[in-house]
Amino acid sequence: MTDTATATTRFGPMTTTRDEPFTKGPEDTRPQEPEPEEEPERAREIVFELAGVEVRYSGVTAVEDVNLEIAANEITAFIGPSGCGKTTVLRSLNRMHDITPGAEVLGKITYHGEDLYAPKVDPAEVRRRIGMVFQKPNPFPKSVYDNIAYGPRINGTRHSEVEERVEKALTQAALWDEVEDKLKRSALALSGGQQQRLCIARCLAVEPDVILMDEPCSALDPIATARIEDLMDELKNEYTIVIVTHNMQQAARVSDRTAFFTAELDDAGNRRGRLVEYDLTETIFTTPCDPRTEGYITGRFG
Amino acid sequence: MTAPAVPLGQSTRKGRRELKNVLATTFIVGSFIVALVPLTLIVVYVARAGIKVFGLDFLTQDLPFSNRVAGGGMNAAIVGTLVITGTATAMAVPLGILGGIYLNEYGGSGVVARVVRFLADVMTGVPSIVMGLFIYTIWVLPRKDAGLTGFAGALALGCLMLPIVIRTAEEILKVVPDDLREGSYALGSRKAQTIWRVVFPNAAPGIISGALLGVARVAGETAPLLFTIGIVSTPNWNVFDGPNTALPQQIYINASVFGGFDAAKDRAWGAALALILIVFLFTLVARVITTIYARRSAAI
Repeated sequence: MTDTATATTRFGPMTTTRDEPFTKGPEDTRPQEPEPEEEPERAREIVFELAGVEVRYSGVTAVEDVNLEIAANEITAFIGPSGCGKTTVLRSLNRMHDITPGAEVLGKITYHGEDLYAPKVDPAEVRRRIGMVFQKPNPFPKSVYDNIAYGPRINGTRHSEVEERVEKALTQAALWDEVEDKLKRSALALSGGQQQRLCIARCLAVEPDVILMDEPCSALDPIATARIEDLMDELKNEYTIVIVTHNMQQAARVSDRTAFFTAELDDAGNRRGRLVEYDLTETIFTTPCDPRTEGYITGRFG
Repeated sequence: MTAPAVPLGQSTRKGRRELKNVLATTFIVGSFIVALVPLTLIVVYVARAGIKVFGLDFLTQDLPFSNRVAGGGMNAAIVGTLVITGTATAMAVPLGILGGIYLNEYGGSGVVARVVRFLADVMTGVPSIVMGLFIYTIWVLPRKDAGLTGFAGALALGCLMLPIVIRTAEEILKVVPDDLREGSYALGSRKAQTIWRVVFPNAAPGIISGALLGVARVAGETAPLLFTIGIVSTPNWNVFDGPNTALPQQIYINASVFGGFDAAKDRAWGAALALILIVFLFTLVARVITTIYARRSAAI
């Protein structure tokens, strides 16, 4: 991610990334970087910059006036009551709204300084670099192996490398030991927690830069949730993570920065989400500036 | 702990609930049996009447020189049914599946999709004899003597199958969860990749069943073949050249035109039995393929 030389071609044709051996990718230099916690003075590398972002569904504004910056190798949490637009904002980060009929993203979102919604940008390439894990585990009705291999295969990974990628991704997602001897079995036979880690592994297998997580633990029990949280903590060293969560404790436990959203009724009686406050997680949970944030985190509403 | 006033076994409304349960169960089981009666009767009756002439000779011998005499077999009609239905399937199923994919994945509620959907619905309701007349007019007549071929029949049957396949494929694709589509898109896959590698494999067993319904429906059609395939008494494997015959056509001719002759009547029953068996075999094979396919893609 420090490889700014390639920033201008980040969304170039897929072949440019395909032809490069993956061992030369910028991610190999990442683990050698000093970890952010050890060097707080280091300038944060900004991955996403949202300026005046508004998302409309069939002309009705769902969330508006979102301005924030998301930094590399951090976990950024979006919290807030239901209907406040946090998932909507998350889905605008990898152009997931493109496949929702009637959805419209206004304002400016840049990814490593590049306009994410510029006409020449290829949404498929955006999603390859900015992966997503969904609220409900959604493994494909294929074998465990084929689930993980799907991403590398469609993105043109050479046949000989796919197997290696599958093992690496499953190991990274702390699932390898549990499924090593079940690779040919249906992914649907795994438990809910395993399925969600499978989805995380599936996302890691395409070697993204950012992982967006949309309430990844809401369908899981506390033990499975703890495993995913541990996993996120490990993945932070190599990836930038943005997580939407309903669970404030989870945001407090895992995230470096927290954005608090809320919803207000507009003149027409529609719920409109907006960003209230965005700061270090510690600040949000101890000394929030906005009374609405304080009200929410202390449980007065929401 | 104190025991509750009324033991669990003595729910106050138990009597009413049990009565309702018994009534509903009786009604459902009864309906099932009633529905089964015509099905069983048809199969049993056809089998009993058809078995008289049915045998290896019936399947392998040519049609007799005259319908009035006993003997001979249905090999020409069996071959005709197989090649004509096969050709119709080969044309209509791929086209229909692609059409269904277009309607559900691309067309959505656009104008083109709405028109196609409407026309497909209208086409489903068109009587099969009209389809036969249509092919007779646009395909058979312009070709004069060379017009009556198995292929003309296959065209008519294909036109009958097409809307059925399109609409069932669309309905099946509609129930593929969007979660899977989103999961695929989120990995950087393109629309075509998502459709062919995630959506279609998921819907394939259902789509195959739908296509099969279409095949079974047209395999027994008589009317569209009446003016399109002509008639022969020896097997013609070539659908493109020369007239052909088919089981439904032979049933019609032997049962109605020559219905006064016992030999012809028996032959009609035998042909009916052969047709039922062929459709049954189609169904069985398709079910087996679907099961294998589903099991392989689910890899349980």
